[in-house]
Amino acid sequence: MRAKLALEDGTVFNGTSFGAEGERFGEVVFNTSMSGYQEILTDPSYRGQIVTMTYPLIGNYGVNGEDIEARGPQAEGFVVREASRVRSNFRSTEDLATYLKKAGVVGIEGVDTRLVTLRLRQHGALRGVISTTDLDDANLVKKAKESPGMAGRDLVKEVTPKQSYAWTERTEGPLAPAALPAAAPDLYRVAALDYGVKYSSLRHLTRLGCKLTVLPATATGKQVLDLKPDGVFLSNGPGDPSALDYAASCVRDLAGKVPIFGICLGHQIVAHAMGGKTFKLKFGHHGGNHPVKDLKTGKVEITAQNHGFAVDPDSLGKTGLEVTHINLNDQTVEGMAHKSLPLCCVQYHPEAGPGPHDSLYLFRKFIQMMADRAK
Amino acid sequence: MPARRDIKKICLIGSGPIVIGQACEFDYSGTQACKALREEGYSVVLVNSNPATIMTDPETADRVYIEPVTVEFVTKVLEKERPDAILPTLGGQTALNIGVKLSESGVLKRLGIVMLGADEKVIRKAEDRRLFKECVDRVGLESPRSHHVHTLEEAIKALDDVGLPAVVRPSFTLGGTGGGIAYNKEEFGAIAQRGLSLSMIGEVLVEESIVGWKEFELEMMRDKAGNTVIVCTIENFDPMGVHTGDSITVAPIQTLSDAEYQRMRDAAIRLMQEIGVETGGCNIQFATHPKTGRMVVIEMNPRVSRSSALASKATGFPIAKIAAKLAVGYTLDELPNDITKKTPACFEPSIDYCVVKIPRWAFEKFPEADPTLGIAMKSVGEAMSIGRTFKEALQKAVRSLENQRFGLGSDRKDLWARGERPDPDKVRELLVVPNAERLFAIRDAMKLGTSVDEIHGLTRIDPWFLENMKDLVDAEARLRGYTALADVPADVLREAKRLGFSDVQLGSMWRTTQHEVRADRKKRRVLPTYGLVDTCAAEFAATTPYYYSTYETEDEVRISDKPRIVILGGGPNRIGQGIEFDYCCVHAAFALRELGFETVMVNSNPETVSTDYDTSDMLFFEPLTEEDVLNVCDRVKPQGVIVQFGGQTPLNLATALKKAGVPIIGTSPESIDRAEDRKLFNAMIEKLGLTQPPGGTALNYGDAKKVAAELGFPVLVRPSFVLGGRAMKIVYDDEELEHFVGHAIAASPDHPILVDKFIEEAIEVDVDAICDGKDVVIGGLLEHIEMAGVHSGDATMTLPPFSLSDAQIDRIKSDTKKMALELQVKGLMNAQFAVKNEVIYVLEVNPRASRTAPFVSKAIGVPLAKLAAKIMVGKTLKELGFTEEITPDHFSVKESVFPFSRFAGVDIILGPEMKSTGEVMGMDRELGIAYMKAQEAASHFLPTKGKVFVSVKDSDKRDVVFIAQRLEMLGFEILATSGTARVLQRNGVHVKEVPKLKEGRPNPLDLVINGELALIINTPSGKGPKTDEAKIRAAAVGHGVTVITTIQGAQMAVNGIAAVKRRAPEVQAVQDYHKGLVNVRKAKAGSAR
Repeated sequence: MRAKLALEDGTVFNGTSFGAEGERFGEVVFNTSMSGYQEILTDPSYRGQIVTMTYPLIGNYGVNGEDIEARGPQAEGFVVREASRVRSNFRSTEDLATYLKKAGVVGIEGVDTRLVTLRLRQHGALRGVISTTDLDDANLVKKAKESPGMAGRDLVKEVTPKQSYAWTERTEGPLAPAALPAAAPDLYRVAALDYGVKYSSLRHLTRLGCKLTVLPATATGKQVLDLKPDGVFLSNGPGDPSALDYAASCVRDLAGKVPIFGICLGHQIVAHAMGGKTFKLKFGHHGGNHPVKDLKTGKVEITAQNHGFAVDPDSLGKTGLEVTHINLNDQTVEGMAHKSLPLCCVQYHPEAGPGPHDSLYLFRKFIQMMADRAK
Repeated sequence: MPARRDIKKICLIGSGPIVIGQACEFDYSGTQACKALREEGYSVVLVNSNPATIMTDPETADRVYIEPVTVEFVTKVLEKERPDAILPTLGGQTALNIGVKLSESGVLKRLGIVMLGADEKVIRKAEDRRLFKECVDRVGLESPRSHHVHTLEEAIKALDDVGLPAVVRPSFTLGGTGGGIAYNKEEFGAIAQRGLSLSMIGEVLVEESIVGWKEFELEMMRDKAGNTVIVCTIENFDPMGVHTGDSITVAPIQTLSDAEYQRMRDAAIRLMQEIGVETGGCNIQFATHPKTGRMVVIEMNPRVSRSSALASKATGFPIAKIAAKLAVGYTLDELPNDITKKTPACFEPSIDYCVVKIPRWAFEKFPEADPTLGIAMKSVGEAMSIGRTFKEALQKAVRSLENQRFGLGSDRKDLWARGERPDPDKVRELLVVPNAERLFAIRDAMKLGTSVDEIHGLTRIDPWFLENMKDLVDAEARLRGYTALADVPADVLREAKRLGFSDVQLGSMWRTTQHEVRADRKKRRVLPTYGLVDTCAAEFAATTPYYYSTYETEDEVRISDKPRIVILGGGPNRIGQGIEFDYCCVHAAFALRELGFETVMVNSNPETVSTDYDTSDMLFFEPLTEEDVLNVCDRVKPQGVIVQFGGQTPLNLATALKKAGVPIIGTSPESIDRAEDRKLFNAMIEKLGLTQPPGGTALNYGDAKKVAAELGFPVLVRPSFVLGGRAMKIVYDDEELEHFVGHAIAASPDHPILVDKFIEEAIEVDVDAICDGKDVVIGGLLEHIEMAGVHSGDATMTLPPFSLSDAQIDRIKSDTKKMALELQVKGLMNAQFAVKNEVIYVLEVNPRASRTAPFVSKAIGVPLAKLAAKIMVGKTLKELGFTEEITPDHFSVKESVFPFSRFAGVDIILGPEMKSTGEVMGMDRELGIAYMKAQEAASHFLPTKGKVFVSVKDSDKRDVVFIAQRLEMLGFEILATSGTARVLQRNGVHVKEVPKLKEGRPNPLDLVINGELALIINTPSGKGPKTDEAKIRAAAVGHGVTVITTIQGAQMAVNGIAAVKRRAPEVQAVQDYHKGLVNVRKAKAGSAR
């Protein structure tokens, strides 16, 4: 079945439908990871977005029940050059097209995904629409232009749980990274604020001995502290961080009272909580090959990234925060720590689902922060 | 961390001649490294014996030593140059082994030299399988179960644990030489025995077989701060059991989920740290069990390798350049990514296309060799292709091989296209045991209705690859549903092109020509677009114009308003066409860039310097077929296209390109045709009053028989329009004639075969000349040491000649000049002559760059290819300042290097069909020493004492007497079988008689195996590969004993031995050789003009 992808700049791509049928809107972004499409699809940070994979051959190893970052796919739409007809992997349980269809994600293949990427690089993030129902170019471009953008949008409310719950699953098996040595269970009580958390973060923390309570993003500082946590984990999540006053105010209340470790959206919320600002990047960072330099050690980590906003380093003057990590590609802020309080955060994804494991040490560092605090 | 300033002078060790397992990739890496180090202000000393390399150009390094890459000679260079450091990690296994030996023997310590990149300890850990396995264990990874053994008994005991099938891997050899998989005990014993003797340390590993597992490779870089990046990931199409060099490989990895890949990445990083590779490139191979995912580490190369070259070309990341900079102390984050300029080299490239590498074999040259593939590499070259999908890339890869295959079937070589069907049993056989034809056998099986599951069962090739091939087979069936081109809708045509089908294939499907398909495509605007290789999947703007064709919507070619010249490269290495031609193409690019042209390179060989992104102004990584080249020309609209530098590949395209309106510059295609077409050539020889051996042409055996009867045997039979003496043979009777006429027709089906009188016992001479249409200058005259009959690509040659009279030399030169002017050559020309008594016969003329062009350039100190390229765009020899021939006052000897040790049991006798893979050069003021250096560089070590076994054919018995006498005088002990012994005894030579193979023991074979012989002089009787003498020669190759098979070679060897005994050989930089030569400076100035 034919399908089309239209961008607000007027470019229309013809392709073939794979996955669900229908019409979906979203901000079109590209991801440069060559593997890990299942994790990408299930990453709640992609809520409200149509994901284009720059690697042209997608679906080769199918999907399985393990490589998921949420219960099911989160992206609005999925754009690839060629969706594999065959899945070949010992862990595979289903093919990608069926998986998308079941989850209602509209997929399109046969698209010149390099051109999509070039357009996004030229114009910055663009709104777009994928459709199998309306194949009129002019109509589609109009719809793309009229669709809501990302700025100012609170997508966290769409993905955060209604109620808090306990998390127990942990990273296990032959694929568990060596950088995460299994610890005895329940050594630390950790409250995880779920702005759209990826399972990998929760699984890794559990493996390192954390007893996790996952809280809705709307939780207040008091609600968190009532749990008497040894540490607080601020998760990743979708959308514009400046729209999340409630989350920032919660973090403000927690700062200094308990060790805090934030990643991605969590990192941006920390900036806002402490009085800093964020801005929208031209086309964001989405991929698994971004070099990040630890300014203290000089070491470079290859990191997984997925963010459309970044912290403005010039806004940190009175926040007490200092920049600890920078991106070597564009020098943007990738990590911060508070000068006196037990609070650190990174813009990238140390949990690496998908992506390189270079930054898993940060979870151990968080454990260390809690251990130090306990002394 | 900035670059080290305690080091000022660095010696880079090259990899020596091109052999199987070690090819142009190390010229590519070495050249990049030289450039990178000089850029940083270091003085670079280079040692390499291979003259056909860009790295041995006097401009590449400060001091270039074309000397044997042996401990002895490298030591001499180090003593003379006293560098602060050596860099052994960019010259393949050869350089790495030399590095270890220099360190072990204390030379480095004595001279106060440090080793960069990797030290002895690191190399040992990575190369010694036991130490390596310990490292693997220490970081918690798995290796296949295995045992190290030093005797056959131990090996058999190890089998109890490991079980059959078992793998035998000798420690410390090149490219897996001598290893094998054994399926039964007998086979096991034989392989283990061979491995023990081939190992430098007499050790083999007996290992659990993981044949059929999935195979992967990670290309990595690390800096001294410990930053590590994976530059490229590779998945092998052929599963474990086939050497990676013989496997089709694909980048990036296709069938691992991210979690599985990240486990592999973690493992690789940990292992690299544990081994202690401090800086530079390295690769690690893994295997995973397809059903359980169990992952084992296979091996690691702590150096830049063939796959590094592939990874560089596949991603755009310049591994060798970065490795050199890391070796002198930089860290990855301090170095920019050359492609984007704005982002650092410390990142992992992301690619948005699929890369396929496909090997090229030369089994047609070695009919007695075992054509199955195993763990010892047998391919002589490779092509790489880039497409947006695996399917597109695979079809492009197949046609890049230039085997007259234009994709996966549907071409003239396709049985099915002719309405025939292959024998199902034969197809099955080809599936089970890996071989060069397997890819097509898979298609045959699919067309015969075999399921993908079953094919997977027989081949163990991953279903993902097989299903993609099935897609192509199915698509072909659908496309065949249209009966005529006119019925094919435009979107179907576009879809076919997107799947990588070539115009030739489509023409075959729709019963028309590729030209019709092309014309129709252009009319309907079904045109290729060019994508950019940019390391980052378009995330950042790239400045480097490195392109591949595909059928998408956006074309990214950026064209300047400079005049443009397209240079067509030589495609994959093969016997007869290799690095020499790439050298010429690179020089053309350099020369034309100097003149302000925009240079455009088209090539498909990932090993080469020509496909380095900064060699030319634009690089198109494309197959060298008519369609693909015309597409590039349509896109870049060049002022000129150079076809004379890339060997036969582009030359064969010349006529078609010209017909399509492409401006061919240099010597005209008509002149090329005049030299190649027998009738036209005869007419020219007659017109000029020259002499050639009588001969004729034939289209079939009947014709050939008539011609041969007129000429009288022996005759030389050969196809036209081929290179490397393909299917060329000296024939002594009708029966042989019939046989070889068949071969010759098969080798070049569109052209007549040539039958010439073979001039026996003649001296052969090669001449390289350069001509601008008005003036001709002789570049060099090379006298063959062997008598005519040995292919010039295989012959040993000296420049200047050593036995020709001045009159003969003058006549040869004047003949050459006449022909160059008559053919209106604009550029290079090579002519071959035979000198017999007073007659000088013209054997052939090639108005193009020859295989000897780089050798001659190095010998005389003038870059002939560069000058030729400038002539092609209108410069004259006068303008270029090269008007007088240069006669060097030193001797340069070219020796060829053969792959016989790869093909167990193959006889080493040379003939008119070329068999060598590479060449070396020996230079000295004294001929004997130059010869000896060339021999040593080719690993034919000339002994100065010991036992020499002499056995010659009857016609050589007179000549061998004097040789034996001199050897005896030089202190050698002479051994011979009865016939030769009697002749020698009668002439007063003390000789020990040895029984023939069937007469008693110990016979010569025993002596070879026991390592008792220092040298063998054995001229063949020509009776074929099953004779005693052939067995002795083959065994000698297997055991590393030097064998000399011609009387002329033996004379030269004795000269060399005598010279070395008089004075120890010295080393001298080519810059110093050239300094003494008159006219060189003038020509150099011209080449820069």
